[in-house]
Amino acid sequence: MWEYTEKVKDHFLNPRNVGVIENADGVGEVGSLACGDALKLTLKVDGDKRISDAKFQTFGCASAIASSSALTEMIKGITIDEAEKITNNDIAEYLGGLPKEKMHCSVMGRDALEKAIANYRGEPEKRVDGEIVCECFGVTDLEIQRAVKENNLKTIEDVTDYVKAGGGCESCHDKIQEIIASVNGTPVTEKTRPSGLTNIQKIRLIEETLEREIKPELKKDGGGIEFIDFADNTVFVKLRGTCSTCSASQVTLKHYVETRIKELVSPELVVEEVKQ
Amino acid sequence: MTIINLDHISSKPLLPDVKEAMIEAINNDYANPSSQHKKGEEAAEALEKARESVARLINSNMPKEIVFTSSGTESVNHAIKGAVLANAEKGKHIITSNIEHNAVIRSLRRLKSDGFKITSVSVDENGRVNPKDIADAITDQTILVSIMHSNNETGTIQPIEEIAKITKEKKVLFHTDAVDSVGVVSIDVQKMGVDLLSFASNTFYGPTGVGGLFIRRGTVIWPLLDGGVQEGNKRAGAENLIGIIGMGVAADIANRDFDARLDHLNKLKNRLLQELPNYIDEYIINTPLEDSLPNLLSLSIKYIEGESVMLMLDDEDVAVSTRSACATGSLRASHVLLSIGLDHADAQGTLVIAFGVDNKEEDIITFLTALKHIVKTLRDISPLSSKTH
Repeated sequence: MWEYTEKVKDHFLNPRNVGVIENADGVGEVGSLACGDALKLTLKVDGDKRISDAKFQTFGCASAIASSSALTEMIKGITIDEAEKITNNDIAEYLGGLPKEKMHCSVMGRDALEKAIANYRGEPEKRVDGEIVCECFGVTDLEIQRAVKENNLKTIEDVTDYVKAGGGCESCHDKIQEIIASVNGTPVTEKTRPSGLTNIQKIRLIEETLEREIKPELKKDGGGIEFIDFADNTVFVKLRGTCSTCSASQVTLKHYVETRIKELVSPELVVEEVKQ
Repeated sequence: MTIINLDHISSKPLLPDVKEAMIEAINNDYANPSSQHKKGEEAAEALEKARESVARLINSNMPKEIVFTSSGTESVNHAIKGAVLANAEKGKHIITSNIEHNAVIRSLRRLKSDGFKITSVSVDENGRVNPKDIADAITDQTILVSIMHSNNETGTIQPIEEIAKITKEKKVLFHTDAVDSVGVVSIDVQKMGVDLLSFASNTFYGPTGVGGLFIRRGTVIWPLLDGGVQEGNKRAGAENLIGIIGMGVAADIANRDFDARLDHLNKLKNRLLQELPNYIDEYIINTPLEDSLPNLLSLSIKYIEGESVMLMLDDEDVAVSTRSACATGSLRASHVLLSIGLDHADAQGTLVIAFGVDNKEEDIITFLTALKHIVKTLRDISPLSSKTH
């Protein structure tokens, strides 16, 4: 089992400030179900910009609950300007440290705080300007850069532990490596492969794309799709359910499935249906 | 306070008789069973006695069909890689399912990178493979079908006999990973018709570090370990005799107590199913009521996360396991739970309750009483439940 500190256990088993503040002055919601955790932070701020109350709701593991509870304790009674300076490391330190694999829980706390402060100030929802690097967990290059900078991260594993990027299908590992190198000022000296993906990487990515992107969409209409084979950049699939009898299935196949596969895996791929 | 163990899928306690037999074996100072002197003969006799006990457990009428290994994982690796290497010139296609254990998945992934083609059939919402899908997937290139007997996350038992009929007709080798079945449910290799069957000693209260592979007489597979002539030339390396003796005794007891154990486990599972709605609401039972392991129940509790539930139960001295990604260290949800159609959030809230012979009916009530207030506590914390309630 994870090595949690006594303080983490305490904040997990006896969480402080659980709930939602009615008519809150600042609200921050982060995380998503696909990522396996979610946190809602609500703040009450008094006249001199001091946080008079903070409450949280969290769906997640012990360290996610403990990080949220710790965060509310840390920010109660301090000013918004002071709260703004809190980093994810401050949250982890307050708890006497978190297992490295769980550092993303402290990052989630910091992100919720940032959003709640922006919401209090009436700033528009911060747009995630960066480009999505990790499709599985929806993490952008800017988020990765920030985590690498603030926490002095060195490896892909570090990045996964802090912001989850790279923890899914692993197809973004090269990009993460480049970001780490560029932040640390050490240019990538040698790329493991000159360009393009290997067949194995393509197959993995196709499987991921089908599972995560395409199947859920088709399922909404009672359809389904099965990955049969892959050769010469052609993805062979079988359509299932209502798709297999739908007269528009070829349109779905070419205009939706193939487009998504080209977009998310590699532009040279084509999709073909295998008939029974 | 004693801990209530409802995590028998992860480990089972050694039976007192098994412990005793193993201690006696240590004190016996057995020699190498392959040695031809008296001390060696004595060791060989003990080894063969254990083999006969284990053969009886799966109703093999030829103890030589049993090869002792170091674990269920080794057995699976041996069956798959050994079968494929021995048949590589016949074809390069292997069929499996979407819900296999990592021992199968990763063995096949290794073979895939070596140029073998893998077809993985999907399962229905009960986690069950349709034998017709296997028949459809078989080509003239297919050399092996590997489908697990029962699933370690949902308890679903697969229609192995039906699949075996298909593989037999098409002359394709059939391996089943029966690690969670042997010693728990009735396994009859003569009736089932499989060529290869993997199992482990700890499943029936024997020691860890010992497993077995059934290789049907006449089935040729390559050894995984090369070296000496132990285990009929099928698995090199001096046998773990002390462990194997423990496994033999555990197999004898499993045979002797088979019906009583099954009754006991079914009673526990039925009691849990019956009491559950009196304690919590909004949950999904992932274990099919028909054709499933008697000792396992997979339960997804809505709006909360499994590691939290497991740790809070642990704080109250009840041990269960969870299939939440948070607890396994990978960030990905369980492939088995996604395959049976659970969404990510429900998969995160999944507990596996696994009973054993040492559990009493009161344990179920103790567990449910603790679970009731833990679920309430965690749902009060969860932003998901306030949105939906």
